[in-house]
Amino acid sequence: MTDLSVENLTLCAGAMTLVESASFNLAQGEFVALLGPNGAGKTSLIRAGIGLQSANDGRSLLDGTPVHGLSPAQRARQIAYLPQIRPLAWPNAVRDVVSLGRFSHGAPLGRLKGLDAEAVDRALEACGLTDLASRRTDTLSGGELARVHCARAFAAEAPLLVADEPIAALDPRQQFRILDLIRAYVDQGGGALVVLHDIQLAARYASRLIWMKEGRIVADGPPAETLTANRLKDIYGVTARVDGAHIHIEGAA
Amino acid sequence: MTRESLLMPVLIGASVLAIIAACFLGSTALPPGRLLAALFGGADAGDRLVVWQIRLPRAISAYIVGAALGISGAALQGLLRNPLAEPGVLGVSASASLMATFALYYGIASITPWAVPIAAIIGALAATALITLAALRTQSVVTLILIGVGLSSFAGAAMSLLMNLAPNPFSLSDMINWMLGSVANRSFDEISLAAPFILAGGAILFATRRGLSALTLGEEAASGIGLDLRRQRIFTVVGAGLATGGAVALAGAIGFVGIVAPHLIRPFVGHDPARSLVPSALLSGLILVVADIFIRLLPTSAELKLGVVAALIGAPAFVWIAMQRRGGND
Repeated sequence: MTDLSVENLTLCAGAMTLVESASFNLAQGEFVALLGPNGAGKTSLIRAGIGLQSANDGRSLLDGTPVHGLSPAQRARQIAYLPQIRPLAWPNAVRDVVSLGRFSHGAPLGRLKGLDAEAVDRALEACGLTDLASRRTDTLSGGELARVHCARAFAAEAPLLVADEPIAALDPRQQFRILDLIRAYVDQGGGALVVLHDIQLAARYASRLIWMKEGRIVADGPPAETLTANRLKDIYGVTARVDGAHIHIEGAA
Repeated sequence: MTRESLLMPVLIGASVLAIIAACFLGSTALPPGRLLAALFGGADAGDRLVVWQIRLPRAISAYIVGAALGISGAALQGLLRNPLAEPGVLGVSASASLMATFALYYGIASITPWAVPIAAIIGALAATALITLAALRTQSVVTLILIGVGLSSFAGAAMSLLMNLAPNPFSLSDMINWMLGSVANRSFDEISLAAPFILAGGAILFATRRGLSALTLGEEAASGIGLDLRRQRIFTVVGAGLATGGAVALAGAIGFVGIVAPHLIRPFVGHDPARSLVPSALLSGLILVVADIFIRLLPTSAELKLGVVAALIGAPAFVWIAMQRRGGND
């Protein structure tokens, strides 16, 4: 079992504190949603948590080893990272982009063999991209492109996945498709930490919600325990009615 | 796939043919029999002189200069994720040729024959490092190109200053040669001074090419899939600096070749920057050898400079590629 354990992580940029003494845990078999308003420090927390950025204080352990001690390739084999989607630099074929998920395994693009090729095939299949495998990425729709990025992350076959707003700017059907893919990954034993802005979807898919505000983690627990009208007011500044898994956001508080 | 597997054999075959053609063509026609004899050590001394002292070194100079600029262009484009990046456009060639001219002007060149290539390489490395530093601070492609334009203009102005101060017409014409770029009258001695740097730079770029594929995803996702970004930047900068500096030491500043070849190659290699390096190098070499043959055959009173011809073809190509870009990631 692989697990990521973040302990008292603090991250500053100049005089600003982006993340303050944050601690959380991510294990295989968990679907964790990271929630909070824009600027709460979610992206900073996950970047420092997986060792892409060095923290000012605290530490982050992957199976008990500090992530900073790992080489980028070692880290990437344990944690697949899906950052906020940026345009691709070149119009590569879908299969080539997904193949990049095998980068940390040493596979060269366009000449994958054996296990690498199988992992890429499985990822393409899981994301419904088999028929699009030879299409150029600049001919895809936004939803298809989001699935390509997901497939790229899945192709690494890492035990953990960290995704930063994977469903931003997608239509409702595509949002469900992406979250279904991540849930399938979790059902097969993966552990996912996903930054979301849609509280309804977070409550529906995640087994645990981590709530962030002004650089601090203010709550961490199952939706049934942590999702309340008061919390929504405190975190997002909205008035809402919460009825089980149903949330009615009424307006700015 | 068949298109891609044919690419290398075709490029290698065309390159060999072009270099042979370059030995064959010229003011004195050499029939194939005499050319072959001269190449393999037979024939009379005059023929051997023409082939081994004049035509072959010139063709090989054009080829390796082209190859160095082509591989540097392809690698810089991969690193900066921008099809307009190229040593000439980014001011790297101009900076290298400024430093080389400087070494010539102040007589440093007379101390050791290595002075000119080393000065050119220092100029190239400094400019490449500056561009990369700028790339760390901005995501904007336009900003980078503008910084390159500024760097080119500055190096050009400094060159003009040196020319202004040139003590005699001979050093003036020497400097013009550097600025315009030419492979006329190169010898194997000069090639052997530049070649080690070009080879070292090319080898570094080739060895670190996988990271360029990863950068297709952008820097954040590239680090996410296990790329050591800092290391990649350093190696690409050093590799492109060495190769470009070596090329400039041999031929002066020749612009735009490094932009045209990768652009033509990319569709054949699935737009993968890593796979575009070697074919781009071969195609750039081929383009310069053919351009140089063309220059020698043109019945102009004064021979055209290779750099001038390269820019006459390359600059419109640059404009065309720039106009085809969609606004998206600027």
